[in-house]
Amino acid sequence: MARRNILSILLSAVVLCTAAAADDFGDPEAGEKVYKQCKSCHQLGEGAKHRIGPHLNGIFGRQAASHEGFRYSKALVRVGAGGLEWHADTLDTFLENPRAMASGTRMSFKGLKDAEDRLNVIAYLRQFSDNPADIPEADPTATATDHNLDPAILALKGDPEYGAYLSSECTTCHQATGGDDGIPSIVLWPEEDFVIAMHAYKNKDRPNPVMQMMAGRLNAEEIAALAAYFATLEE
Amino acid sequence: MTLNRRKFIGSTAAVAAVLSAPMVKAGGHGKPRVVVVGGGAGGATAARYIAKDSKGEIDVTLIEPTRMYYTCFFSNLYLGGFKEISDIGHTYGGLAAGGVNVVHDWAVGVDRDAKTVALAGGGSVPYDKLILSPGIDFVDGAVEGWDLSAQNAMPHAYKAGSQSELLKAQLKAMPQGGTFAMVAPPNPYRCPPGPYERVSMVAHFLKQNNPTAKIIVADPKEKFSKMALFQEGWNNHYAGMVDWVGSDFGGGEVSVDPGAMTLTIDGEVTNVDVCNVIPAMKAGRIAELAGVTDGNWAPVNAADMSTKADADIYVLGDASQQGDMPKSGFSANSQAKVCANAVRGALTGSKVFPAKFSNTCWSLIAPNDGVKVGATYEATQEKIAKVDGFISATGETSDVRKATYEESEGWYTGITTDMMG
Repeated sequence: MARRNILSILLSAVVLCTAAAADDFGDPEAGEKVYKQCKSCHQLGEGAKHRIGPHLNGIFGRQAASHEGFRYSKALVRVGAGGLEWHADTLDTFLENPRAMASGTRMSFKGLKDAEDRLNVIAYLRQFSDNPADIPEADPTATATDHNLDPAILALKGDPEYGAYLSSECTTCHQATGGDDGIPSIVLWPEEDFVIAMHAYKNKDRPNPVMQMMAGRLNAEEIAALAAYFATLEE
Repeated sequence: MTLNRRKFIGSTAAVAAVLSAPMVKAGGHGKPRVVVVGGGAGGATAARYIAKDSKGEIDVTLIEPTRMYYTCFFSNLYLGGFKEISDIGHTYGGLAAGGVNVVHDWAVGVDRDAKTVALAGGGSVPYDKLILSPGIDFVDGAVEGWDLSAQNAMPHAYKAGSQSELLKAQLKAMPQGGTFAMVAPPNPYRCPPGPYERVSMVAHFLKQNNPTAKIIVADPKEKFSKMALFQEGWNNHYAGMVDWVGSDFGGGEVSVDPGAMTLTIDGEVTNVDVCNVIPAMKAGRIAELAGVTDGNWAPVNAADMSTKADADIYVLGDASQQGDMPKSGFSANSQAKVCANAVRGALTGSKVFPAKFSNTCWSLIAPNDGVKVGATYEATQEKIAKVDGFISATGETSDVRKATYEESEGWYTGITTDMMG
């Protein structure tokens, strides 16, 4: 780790002791421990290089999938081209469940379910971003949008027969066989991932105007029905 | 012909049974019968979905004269050199394997009292429910000097296949610095952005092979689909090549002479090397023969695509007059699913869900420069009404445009699989 960062950790620790406890900006020291799960693929700090995943220096404010010299999945390129930038809120959504935000990402990581773990690891990542400056007012410490779905929505049991009918609108573009020729596969997803992704489109947290439009007019029962149907299709 | 004799014998009894009890399976003489005329985005989808979802409870016959279906969508990409003609050709084997009785013949008449469809090859096919998805035909005399006998000298290429290949051959044979002309159609017509995507693809081809050539477009309209996006793209990629003459400048005052290869716009005669005439359109002829048209199109009920004229005849896609949806393959595919659900419900008592429609049209302007427009729709008492929509913005980054193009390729595979199995 670069010397500068040790300094800044100390500094932020001071800040944390005084103010951050109330504002929930995360604990970078605790975040460094969480980051152990990430570092086998993602290098961070001085001299970091792309490995299995891209290095994560300077990630804040950067467009997703924008490093020259790293081969991203088509899925991540697509969300990047759709306008996704990495900030505290988008990182929080992504880290909770990468596939829900960018289906088909090669980041084979199940996600950090614990909100505090995400908060802490984001605080840790922030120390390796010079732009914007690591000051409390700057991005990413602006309050994150809460993407957590109402547990009642996640608990809905979908009607697969209704889902089968509704699915015919999806299969105009998404192949029922699970093929991916420029539009990702949506079959055999865990129902929860499907519901989270569709609500992310519905709430316009996830880019792509076609999907925002299609999801936008589906209600929670209809999304649950689709999730129930697609979860059982044979690939 | 592959129709079996049993169906003819069974028809009278079955029809009587259906008339008296429409929600019940047709008598003891076999299954209820659905006949679909036209194997494009509407008809193929409807046939496939009814056969698939009824799990053998409904007899589905598709009447389609051609053995190979060439999609109109992406046929412009063939003109531009982005696709081979074989890439946009699809056979009906998948539908046959999915339980659809595919009959390669022309439907030449509908007897609504006897509930039969007459075939050019002789004989007729009985139906309980008839779905017409015949696409478009051209309005006689729409462009002065042009009729179907001139379609070799001046191709329309608005039904894909041999016409597309002809137009491509003429484009390749153009002399250096020559003139490509298009006569664009008045509203409403198949694929609103289609003529302008075609201009883009022709311009792309000419820029590679014939950079001093010119394109002139005579248009009876003042504005057109995705106009700002196309004009931006033409300026960016093909500066000085495209001369679009709208109705304000006489673009609607047009005649052609296929013998002399001239185009006259508002009295001014131009010699042209290729002339792509896209005349005004109307519903495919079988809709008119069935007596379900009013003017050029067939008015339908938004909830299930049944015609206003006959509750047992449905019209899908370009031929229908339904309200706000554009005439597109995506729309036809969307309407077909609503119709299939309603027809299956009427014949077998399966659950009928409320109609939802959607459409998205992608267009390619230049390599990796794709744009899109789309909307969702619902059924109201009067029509299919728009709910929500979006359109690509001018000035988008090249990354966004490339992603849009790649999305269109994914859609093409998706919809053709959805139609043909």
